[in-house]
Amino acid sequence: MIIANNVSKQFGSLKVLNNFSVTCNKGECIALIGPNGSGKTTFIKTILGMVVCDSGFVTVNGFNIKNDWKYRSKIGYMPQTGRYPENMTIGQVLEMMQDIRGEKNQNYLDEDLIERFEIKNLLHKRMRTLSGGTRQKISAALAFLFNPDLLILDEPTAGLDPLSSEILKEKIIEEKKKGKLILITSHILSELDDLVTQVIYMQDGCLCFHKTIEQLKEDTGQTKLAKAIAQVMLKQ
Amino acid sequence: MKKVIKYVIIDILRNKIMLAYTAFLLVLSFSIFSLEDNSAKGLLGLLNIILIIVPLVSIVFSTIYVYNSAEFIELLVSQPLKRKTIWMSLFTGLATSMVLAFLLGAGIPILIYQADITGMMMIVIGVLLSVIFVAIAMLAAVKTRDKAKGIGIAILLWLYFSLLFDGFVLFLVFQFSDYPIEKLMVAVSMFNPLDLARIMILLKMDISALMGYTGAVFKDFFGTGTGLLLSFSVLVCWTIIPIWLSIKKFKTKDL
Amino acid sequence: MRKEITFTILYFLLSFLVNAKTIPVGASKNCHTIQQALQLAVSGDTLMISKGNYHEKNILINKRLTLIGIDYPVLDGDLKYEVVSIKASGTSVQGFKIIRSGVSSMEDYAGIKIYNCRDVVIKNNILENTFFGIYSQYGTNCTIEKNKLTANQTEEQQSGNGIHCWKSDSMRIIGNYVTGHRDGIYFEFVTNSIIWRNESEKNLRYGLHFMFSSNDSYISNIFKNNGAGVSVMFSHDVKMIHNYFEENWGDGSYGILLKEISDGYIENNQFKKNTVGIYMEGTSRIKMTGNVFEKNGWAMKIQASCMDINVTGNNFMNNTFDMATNGSLVLNTFNGNYWDKYEGYDLNRDRIGDVPYRPVSMYSVIIEKNPPAMILFRSFITTLLDKTEKILPSLTPENFKDAFPLMKPLRL
Repeated sequence: MIIANNVSKQFGSLKVLNNFSVTCNKGECIALIGPNGSGKTTFIKTILGMVVCDSGFVTVNGFNIKNDWKYRSKIGYMPQTGRYPENMTIGQVLEMMQDIRGEKNQNYLDEDLIERFEIKNLLHKRMRTLSGGTRQKISAALAFLFNPDLLILDEPTAGLDPLSSEILKEKIIEEKKKGKLILITSHILSELDDLVTQVIYMQDGCLCFHKTIEQLKEDTGQTKLAKAIAQVMLKQ
Repeated sequence: MKKVIKYVIIDILRNKIMLAYTAFLLVLSFSIFSLEDNSAKGLLGLLNIILIIVPLVSIVFSTIYVYNSAEFIELLVSQPLKRKTIWMSLFTGLATSMVLAFLLGAGIPILIYQADITGMMMIVIGVLLSVIFVAIAMLAAVKTRDKAKGIGIAILLWLYFSLLFDGFVLFLVFQFSDYPIEKLMVAVSMFNPLDLARIMILLKMDISALMGYTGAVFKDFFGTGTGLLLSFSVLVCWTIIPIWLSIKKFKTKDL
Repeated sequence: MRKEITFTILYFLLSFLVNAKTIPVGASKNCHTIQQALQLAVSGDTLMISKGNYHEKNILINKRLTLIGIDYPVLDGDLKYEVVSIKASGTSVQGFKIIRSGVSSMEDYAGIKIYNCRDVVIKNNILENTFFGIYSQYGTNCTIEKNKLTANQTEEQQSGNGIHCWKSDSMRIIGNYVTGHRDGIYFEFVTNSIIWRNESEKNLRYGLHFMFSSNDSYISNIFKNNGAGVSVMFSHDVKMIHNYFEENWGDGSYGILLKEISDGYIENNQFKKNTVGIYMEGTSRIKMTGNVFEKNGWAMKIQASCMDINVTGNNFMNNTFDMATNGSLVLNTFNGNYWDKYEGYDLNRDRIGDVPYRPVSMYSVIIEKNPPAMILFRSFITTLLDKTEKILPSLTPENFKDAFPLMKPLRL
């Protein structure tokens, strides 16, 4: 579903992505892991078209993203820190996003998270009055709202309270079962244990490995993802 | 595109600075017209507003707005929208709001106190300048990543167009006073939208003086239908070229 | 008895006057042509000319006759002849439509020309497409009144003047309308004359051209939209009162151009929308009062060669520049005027500003020296320069000021 082929990206003299190639298929829930500055967010942004790569190409559903913009209607994206027009209320933001994506009033909208996070009670609140956690809830709700085939979640649980964090995880598992592709980056590896099926480990813009979680545990002899990764990092 | 424009405009119209700008223009224009006993002096005051305040507010506000909307732009870019659409919507939204503020703040007083050809010219020019400086602001904002630097550049650009360029022209006039440089002056004025705008208003306001020796050369050019058309085209170019360059830049910009 | 004799003499005199013939001319009359009637007539006769077209070549009047047109008979010069030539004193020409005089670069053909005689009256005529309109050469005590002169001349070299007076005296030019000629009204070596209530517009060169003519007055005329406005040169004792000078636009175009003029009055005139209201050069001892200068490019340009010009009690409003000059020597006075650009204050409430007004702005000095700088007029930088100059005068002449500027405009 996502194929990245020899993608390189340079910011100034810093090579953020260096001939990065990876293939992600449907039905997988993939953890994108690596130290700070390893190029995870840049890769995500490349997929979303927010960063334009210097060389190589990325295809999503078989379309080269360079020439296409409609592919993004199949993507739900939850940014690290979701910031929205300060003067708008939550209701207006939700309405705007539905409006922009042209999918208003259609019954396949997935309002599951909006209900579970009880956002309906906050619709009249202005964005600038919201706490970081509430903003994350909105971001999550928006990512899932349009029932996309591909979910990209950048540090999804950061700033969420444990209860909301659980709700979000449950939701991710539900969506995975529906056969969607989910890309997650997170520093809290223990959270990913029950979620992911594959791990992509990046370092300095290069792909270190791309394994299924079973394979990884087998190779390292660890049962927990966090420990397995720690062991990998130690080796290097 | 219409949808994005709608949200940009809604957002800007809620902005307090925008309301303050409109109110400021309104108060200033009304006080200028009502304090001066003859409306020609009022027009002169208004000319200064149009040539100094309108560009300044347009360029600074737009630059700041673009920087402040970085997250919003990011959000939109990750949505199924063309980048060009997003950028043009932002431009259209900003330009519409600035024009609206100008029309409410200065247009209404002009229509009340000076509803003649000079007044009309001022309104048209004020609208054009608002749009032009939004376009220039967007180019400045897309070229620099750093907000403080971007705002600094915007203010410098304003200073350049309203003061430094004219200083340079004045220098040129004195340096080449022995040569017939009137035609050159006409060409040079094309390189500054504020000069062009000012001359077009002068042609309506100070027509008697402009009919003098050199003035006649200017009048012969700017006063004719072709000259007027050309001047307006150049002003429109001053909108199109910066916005086109900024779109080109924005299309490949990393967010 | 003596009374009877007086009465008898008076009777004879009267009958003599009554016996002066009236000769009708027209297609249905005994006289078909004016030339025929001129042959028949003797001094003192009256020719009544009926409506019609008369192609009579040159009509030469050398007897004291009165020619009266009924319903504007047309005298056509066929573009070859001078239409009416008057060589007898006391002649009167009234009510004709005179068209198509000859055009020549050698001779000054006119619609009506007065040659060396006096007491001629030219009244209520319509002149169209004549080379010169009404021409007086050595005329004395003549009246040119309520004529309408229209031409469509396009080139200065090949055109004549509307009302042209040369070496004449005691002329009365009243209520005429002149348009489309070279100069509307032209005076050269004309003395003791009056130009009153005429309207002169859209002439190629000057609305009024005035040279070597002294002790004349022009009063209540309208000079509008002429190529170069009005020019008054090399004369003395000229009174210019209550005239309108409007929309004289262009390079070298002036409301009035005064050159080598002395001892005159310019009073209660209106100067509106001219490139330059008054341009003065080598002018002295002029008193200017009660004039209104409005919406001109420059209200006045006073060259340094002028002296003893007294400008008092005038209104200067909405002019782009109030004054300009080319030197620093100022021998003129400008007190007690109203200047709308004055920004001073009046603390003692005597309606006179407490600080002097300097009518020459710095930018007008700059433009005088360097005309292309006009392109920067009213820009931010020049406004700054002007403000600085007001605080620290450096370029503008120190003595060029109105020490008693009025706070409110005069009612004029």
